[in-house]
Amino acid sequence: MEEPISVLRCLGEYHSAELFNEDNVKTVTSIEQKKVEDSVQDVFNAYKINHRLSPPSLQREQHYIYLKRGLRHLSDAYECLDASRPWLCYWILHSLELLDESVPSSVASDVCKFLARCQSPSGGFAGGPGQHPHLAPTYAAVNALCIIGTEEAYNVIDRQKLLDFLYSLKQPDGSFIMHVGGEVDVRSAYCAASVASLTNIITAPLFEGTPSWITRCQNWEGGLGGVPGLEAHGGYTFCGMAAMVILQKEHMLDLKSLLRWVTSKQMRFEGGFQGRCNKLVDGCYSFWQAGLLPLLHRALHTQGGSSLSMTNWMFHQQALQEYILLCCQNPSGGLLDKPGKSRDFYHTCYCLSGLSIAQHFGSREIHHEVIVGKEENRLAPTHPVYNICPDKVAQAVQHFHQMAVPGKSGSSSQTPNL
Amino acid sequence: MSAAEDEKLNPELQEEHQNQEEGDVEPEMEYGDEIGMGYVFYRDRKEWADVDAVPQDDGPNPIVKIAYSDKFMDVFDYFRAVLQRDERSERAFQLTADAIELNAANYTVWHYRRVLVQSLQKDLHEEMKYITAIIEDQPKNYQVWHHRRMIVEWLKDPSQELEFIADILSQDAKNYHAWQHRQWVIQHYNSHSKRSVAQQNRYNLLQPTIGQAPVEFRQTHAGLCPPETGSSLTSALEILQDHCLSTYPNLLEQILELQQTHSSPYLIAFLVDMYEDMLENACSNQEETLNNALELCDLLAKEKDSIRKEYWKYIGGCLKNKYGTTEESKSPSEEQ
Repeated sequence: MEEPISVLRCLGEYHSAELFNEDNVKTVTSIEQKKVEDSVQDVFNAYKINHRLSPPSLQREQHYIYLKRGLRHLSDAYECLDASRPWLCYWILHSLELLDESVPSSVASDVCKFLARCQSPSGGFAGGPGQHPHLAPTYAAVNALCIIGTEEAYNVIDRQKLLDFLYSLKQPDGSFIMHVGGEVDVRSAYCAASVASLTNIITAPLFEGTPSWITRCQNWEGGLGGVPGLEAHGGYTFCGMAAMVILQKEHMLDLKSLLRWVTSKQMRFEGGFQGRCNKLVDGCYSFWQAGLLPLLHRALHTQGGSSLSMTNWMFHQQALQEYILLCCQNPSGGLLDKPGKSRDFYHTCYCLSGLSIAQHFGSREIHHEVIVGKEENRLAPTHPVYNICPDKVAQAVQHFHQMAVPGKSGSSSQTPNL
Repeated sequence: MSAAEDEKLNPELQEEHQNQEEGDVEPEMEYGDEIGMGYVFYRDRKEWADVDAVPQDDGPNPIVKIAYSDKFMDVFDYFRAVLQRDERSERAFQLTADAIELNAANYTVWHYRRVLVQSLQKDLHEEMKYITAIIEDQPKNYQVWHHRRMIVEWLKDPSQELEFIADILSQDAKNYHAWQHRQWVIQHYNSHSKRSVAQQNRYNLLQPTIGQAPVEFRQTHAGLCPPETGSSLTSALEILQDHCLSTYPNLLEQILELQQTHSSPYLIAFLVDMYEDMLENACSNQEETLNNALELCDLLAKEKDSIRKEYWKYIGGCLKNKYGTTEESKSPSEEQ
């Protein structure tokens, strides 16, 4: 079931009523917010004048060229991401799969070989060959390999060592450090849960105490902070919630207040999401924040929520798509945070992921699409827990569940909550 | 690392800035700063002649291959060598500083630097000076803050921390790492304080105590805070929730009155919460209260907070299902 949208909310006669009202109380926060609203309003107005007859368009071709090149070559400006190269693989491969662009098998094979060089002899993946393993590039590498989805890709992962690596990072309080000698925050629980569930290496003690620790990250605002006591933040909230979904413990969170918090993070004028209260809209939160709604929908449905919509997520899908399409595209390819910012592969990945979430409602049985602008804007759906395409999740899970859980042959494995 | 990082460093923004800055006056040069201005590659340094550099092994057909500058490649070729032989020396220690300057997000280098700090028994106070400067320059990086935390732990001396963090916050009051570090310092070194860390932080900055009358509440919030900000009303809500909404019977009247002159979606949402609280506590006029709540949900969805229409439709539906009479609580029709 499909719903093409041609009348834009942001061009509506009364849309300017959504502008922030400073009420004569100027703060650093209000000044910055107004600047962004002004620049976004300029974009909306320019669109109204120049394009009102043509629907918003995803610049597929330009994004493809940008991504295709980046997968091979990056300028020296990317030296700062030299310890995040599996991330670059994942961001680019995921963006390509959302755009329904295939990767030639030779390239796919090269990715596998490169990621194999990023794998540490002691388990887990590092930011680059010869570096120490770290949960974040581990998450990215496993996701990238699952996107490729070939036997070669799956075979790169040393499951036994990966399990050893996860155990080496586990803390007595249920949390995980990000790397040996590294810091703790809720990202680590998500990275660990994600790779462990996809590759079928979850053993009973591995996540003992983890759900309780994650619940401590939820605060009075309703969202989650990086560690207990910190301000609620979109990125960390996604990580915490998604980890809980994987561990099938989402009901330990206060879902009602989480729902209230995340919905309040969608900006009424811009249409995109902010990461935290009183901060600015950013295209990447199109995924981290909006991606929470599918997770909440399912959790509340399991709880018996009969008031849940059967056609829409509980955020303004149209407004988010308008923000991404009109404000977050670089005409030369790539997507970005907000008007005036530079493109990068991280924002390309998460703006597209958010666009996909905003376009596709549903799961196995129901599917309802909302497409703003041209039909061709439609992206492939993405799995809201892992943020790779759902068929790649299913395929990986099926592949790895044929294998025994390492280290304890014969024990039952936990089927992940898809 | 990048994911979920607040406003991550954008490499392409750097690129744009580099292009813009050509032609600017160069800052005062230090030994080793620029090629042609005294910088000597490690491969040309006599004191490193005994070491074979280890080039990066990306394999024959690399992916996401970064076009490293000569300087970058040279430094990291030698870092890899030093790492491989586990060399614990002063020259290795200085090499880590060069590597960090080129990529402060390389957690492998930071880890090795810490190994060297301990192995060589480096002066931790000097290391504090070093990390202070690095954080001032790159305050939105995970590794620098973690490194500082380790040094403070080893020194068992948090005495500089609050002032340092305050300085960082004076430049960016919302730096998440800074606040995280602050909470850690207070928690770790202030165990005799009965207040929770978050409370300590919050009460330093905020406002009235709870026991005061609703009149004061209304004055504070109507007078000082613009009706448009979410945060002050939400934190007021939290404080009130802690002390049970329904113990302030006049509050409803006050808020309804406020709505006449200072209506905002936050205020109306707060009213919905109050009605829900009353329904939860089996107030006397259930039907009227429910209708009021549903009316407000409808108002929010259709007019006052339309960005959240789906959410308000859901909330209204939940209230109806939970508190409606048998006639009202049929599943709501799905209005598009």
